[in-house]
Amino acid sequence: MYSEKVMDHFSKPRNVGAIDNADAVGEVGSPSCGDTMKLFLKIKDDRIEDIKFQTLGCGAAIASSSMLTEMAKGKTLDEAIKITNTEVAEALDGLPPKKLHCSNLAADALREAIEAYQASR
Amino acid sequence: MRKIYFDHAATTPVDAGAAELVMQYMTGDFGNPSSMHGFGQAVRNALEEARKQVVAAIGAASVGEIAFCSGGTEANNMAILGAARANKQKGNHIITTAVEHHSVLSTCKYLAKEGFEVTILPVDHYGLVNVEDVARVITNQTILISIMHANNEVGAVMPIAEIGQMLKNLNRKIIFHTDAIQSIGKLPVNVDQLNVDLLTISGHKIYGPTGTGAMYLRRGTWWQPIMYGGGQERRRRPGTENAPAIIGLGKALEIAVANRVAYVKRITKLRDELVDKVLSRIPHVRLNGHPTKRLPGHASFCVEYIEGEAMMLYLDMQGIAVSSGSACTSGTPEPSHVLLAMGIPKELAYGSVRVTLGKYNTREEIDYFVEALTEIVERMRLMSPVAGSNCTPGACVSCSRAENK
Repeated sequence: MYSEKVMDHFSKPRNVGAIDNADAVGEVGSPSCGDTMKLFLKIKDDRIEDIKFQTLGCGAAIASSSMLTEMAKGKTLDEAIKITNTEVAEALDGLPPKKLHCSNLAADALREAIEAYQASR
Repeated sequence: MRKIYFDHAATTPVDAGAAELVMQYMTGDFGNPSSMHGFGQAVRNALEEARKQVVAAIGAASVGEIAFCSGGTEANNMAILGAARANKQKGNHIITTAVEHHSVLSTCKYLAKEGFEVTILPVDHYGLVNVEDVARVITNQTILISIMHANNEVGAVMPIAEIGQMLKNLNRKIIFHTDAIQSIGKLPVNVDQLNVDLLTISGHKIYGPTGTGAMYLRRGTWWQPIMYGGGQERRRRPGTENAPAIIGLGKALEIAVANRVAYVKRITKLRDELVDKVLSRIPHVRLNGHPTKRLPGHASFCVEYIEGEAMMLYLDMQGIAVSSGSACTSGTPEPSHVLLAMGIPKELAYGSVRVTLGKYNTREEIDYFVEALTEIVERMRLMSPVAGSNCTPGACVSCSRAENK
């Protein structure tokens, strides 16, 4: 039911973990509603120098978190904030329809992290 | 890569002896059992042999009480729709439980649209229904009670004989149906000891072919068909019988019942070992269902801080097949209705995993599984934003973390 790309990111997730003293953190979801994602950003000169994620969720949730970190790494904040959940799903060669809304939240977490970072400065 | 099958409540491999018979009646000895010529009559004889095998397995009084059909879902639909509609003039009340299979629950809910009133009984935290609860909700309108013998998700064994006895002591007739799809071949199943009027079974849960099932209908029970057509199965289930597969079901059932006691002894021991190892090796895991009132091969766990579908897929990558009651695998936004009915909080139900052993599993496979699961859970918890967060076990009302520690 999952594409090869999803299975690749699910079985070998990139950028897993937390960043100590992260410059920005974004979190979406809650355990009682299913998937929870947390993103940690290291930012230098308005550019995402490093990014890591922690996810409690299904295969699609883990794969989309992993894919998003690859897409966002090295981008400026202005570029990264424009990444959408749809683009993440497309980069994964698609997700099953029922997963599109419940498990594809990584871009929301990134936007939340960047907005909080920008507001705090 | 190794391949380990721990999902026998989903389906089972067809027993070689049964498969051979299916092949024989699909190719060489083929025929329509309703044909009067030799081809047909040879199949008719084998089909009637299968019926006798079912009669013997469940202690029915005669072959006239057995109707074959396409599987568990159809058998449950036939039992419930047929009994409810045929007795509508006597009353309109049906009783069932919150943890039934969807083929029972959805059918009962549909009957509400035909004007029936349906009471869905709650279960306790083991997944068991209480006999007194059943007695309490009976009204003078009650015509049908449908309660499963054993639950497919957590393996809980319901007090069917006790409910049957309670109903027998009433001075009026209420039709009692039990879905024995998961229990047959694992628990003693006898229609007189259970005091049931309707009992349903499926072929592919007992090493028989998929697409086969049977309904037992006690003689003298008011019932009507749900489909109309030819006169097959004593007008109870029209359509040419899937004779080769049904013959296979009969054989598989005979084998399962004959070997039941030895099978149960061996599998219970393996299952208990698996449960002990999982609970002792992996922290923050709880066993779902009753410690002893459960099917021999069944173990259902909730693993905290991780999601069940991902856990199932990681196990699959190591060649191990299990199932999960998480929302992602149930095809709905909600996790398993059974786990929720047992009062398990949603965040725990999301991390459910069900292991169902079968007759070919070995101790060595259990060890391989426990190793793999331990490693996977550890890896997933490192990935989880919730694990290791501030938590005092037992501090919250719904907390279950203090258990199994």
